Amino acid sequence: MWKSLHIDPARCTGCLQCEMACSYEHTGIMNPAKSRIKVFSFEHEGRKVPYTCTQCSEAWCLNACPVDAIRIDLGTGAKMVFEDTCVGCKVCTIACPFGTINYSQDSGKVQKCDLCAGDPACAKACPTGAITYIDADWTGYGRMQAWAAKANTPATTA
Amino acid sequence: MGWNRKILRVNLSAGTCTEEPLNMEWAQDYLGSRGLATKYLVSEIDPGVDPLSIDNKMIMATGPLTGTMASTGGRYTVVTKGPLTGAIACSNSGGFFGAEMKFAGWDMVIFEGRSPTPVYLFIENERAELRDAGHLWGKSCWETEDIIKRQHQDPQIRISSIGRAGENQVLYACVVNDLHRAAGRSGVGAVMGSKNLKAVAIRGTRGVAGIKDFPAFMQATQAAKKVLADNAVTGQGLPKYGTQVLMNVINEMGALPTRNHRDVQFEEAGRISAEAMHEKRASDGKPHLVTNAACFGCTIACGRISEIDKGHFTVKNNPKYWGASGGLEYEAAWALGAANGVGDLEALQYANLICNEQGMDPISFGATVGAAMELYEMGVLSEEQIGLEAPFGSVEALAKMVELTAQGEGFGKELALGSKRLCEKYGHPELSMSVKGQEFPAYDSRGIQGMGLAYATSNRGACHLRGYTVASEVLGIPVKTDPLVTEGKPALVKAFQDATAVFDSAGICVFTSFAWTLADVQPQLAAACEGDWSMEKLNEVGERIWNMERMFNNAAGFTSRDDTLPPRLTQEPAKTGPAKGLVNRLGEMLPEYYSLRGWTPDGEPSAETRTRLGL
Repeated sequence: MWKSLHIDPARCTGCLQCEMACSYEHTGIMNPAKSRIKVFSFEHEGRKVPYTCTQCSEAWCLNACPVDAIRIDLGTGAKMVFEDTCVGCKVCTIACPFGTINYSQDSGKVQKCDLCAGDPACAKACPTGAITYIDADWTGYGRMQAWAAKANTPATTA
Repeated sequence: MGWNRKILRVNLSAGTCTEEPLNMEWAQDYLGSRGLATKYLVSEIDPGVDPLSIDNKMIMATGPLTGTMASTGGRYTVVTKGPLTGAIACSNSGGFFGAEMKFAGWDMVIFEGRSPTPVYLFIENERAELRDAGHLWGKSCWETEDIIKRQHQDPQIRISSIGRAGENQVLYACVVNDLHRAAGRSGVGAVMGSKNLKAVAIRGTRGVAGIKDFPAFMQATQAAKKVLADNAVTGQGLPKYGTQVLMNVINEMGALPTRNHRDVQFEEAGRISAEAMHEKRASDGKPHLVTNAACFGCTIACGRISEIDKGHFTVKNNPKYWGASGGLEYEAAWALGAANGVGDLEALQYANLICNEQGMDPISFGATVGAAMELYEMGVLSEEQIGLEAPFGSVEALAKMVELTAQGEGFGKELALGSKRLCEKYGHPELSMSVKGQEFPAYDSRGIQGMGLAYATSNRGACHLRGYTVASEVLGIPVKTDPLVTEGKPALVKAFQDATAVFDSAGICVFTSFAWTLADVQPQLAAACEGDWSMEKLNEVGERIWNMERMFNNAAGFTSRDDTLPPRLTQEPAKTGPAKGLVNRLGEMLPEYYSLRGWTPDGEPSAETRTRLGL
């Protein structure tokens, strides 16, 4: 069973623990500038929104790559960048509609969310449950449940 | 390691930026942030210096946990000699600026001299340069952040700046970062203004690599975060209600200073409380509060983001204030509200927004308005002098006074001096509710006895963040003590003061201490920093920092006579509530406190104490 990162912006406080966890997982130091998940703050609306790759089934980045450096991890469904193949041409960064694959000047390659081999550091670090890692088929389960609760039907009487 | 081992020295007179190694011997004795920056300051300036002169220095400093995954590890401190008090000024702030300084590779920035023209410091990792700020002078903190980000075409730059108040050297001007976080007290923003330094803008992409033992650090920070999450105050109360959770609690205790401390309970406290911020307004059906918000790395998220009522008379013609913005926190709500008898939540938020926008400490500002209102009611100040009628409770007067002070106009120029100078000027020094020239925060020491001693002995003048015995006397943290007795309070105050110095110097938020003791901080520091960071060492570091600050103040001319409270608190009994009939009994506590500190009866650290602490 594949899982998906599920983001609930309404729970996000903007603490950036996810960005630090992501950078630590991938670079060994705490450096939000190298994080593959970013939290955006819309100050005048009071909104904070974490944003990262959603692992498209038909991934624009994967299809655009001229050297097949982006491949699917069959264990997690993550679209993985293979750095030894990537030539840093950045075509994938143009192809991705969401901007969630980015070039790194340090490595000369692109980087994106790889789901941390099935145990995403961002979700583990999130203190409020704004980022969770759940059954890919049921990312709407929580919201359905919340609306079901609002249906306000009587308990079964029989 | 924890430290970047690198400081930036900016000589504003010469226009130079120079890299220096961090003094690692000092780091072992003073930890970082508050402690280490103060060590640099006291080693480099004459204690007698005029705070607003070219010879004063100002330091912005991070701690070893700043910029790390330690919860609340995002704080930085601004240390200088304060113009409001003439004592050590040491104000810390959250937001994101401190972590960015760390990510750029610096532990602290020392500013010296005075620029001939307005400048801002721009730091991009190793690169640091002073740039012309002629186009920023006269702008608010909010405009300054916006302009710098646009100019550099980088929305990820973090900025700390002064507004009109700092430029005009309002004596309680603050330094504002990330729109609504502030190094708030003692007038650190006025010092920045006196140096013609408008802003510090930082972009750091190097991260924090210097953790001594990463796996141990991750384990220690994880365990400590769980302690915060499981605690009722840090896990539930603060995220939901913010610091405002205290408004009704402190009012019921009879310790909510009201109308310049004439009263200890405010009949309209409920209208300006956390609960009121959650209620839907009659005018537009929306609650005042929009959401809570975290500073960098904070897993508590006590910050309040609110939307003012667009129809309120203060803002109805001024759409720039209509969006979501910071506030109200408890101290600001009290100082702008109860301290003046104003019970209009929207008006308080308006005043708070102006304080954020133009960089003023709402505590000292609000308390100074309270003093002015009392002088007005006594007939000492007239309507002509102030510019409008200003009795206690006047919403219009509060709104007008905040505008005048922020813009440096009319009676605002007098309010800009703080309550001590204002009350002295008009012949009633006893009406300034302050210690060492700095106004009290939101706890009346007749109803919380330990706070009287904490205020009287605070190294930066009256302050709740130097020894928050409210935690014990009101909330029962770590143990409940009776707020109405003085017994045991000297030891309690000393313990809080020393421990707080460590929290501040580590680069974390003192609000963690609702749940954490030093024993929760210790494993995090020990994993991050090289050297011995045992509990014993931490206690000693805290005590050393406290005594160092005290010795600076002594050298600046402060004596035991300045460890005092206004006569209103020691002679006029509380009129209502559980503390009815009581005054603060500071005299019962002070000698024992000096003795516990190892100080002479004149309030100076004895030779023995200095030797023991290596001072």
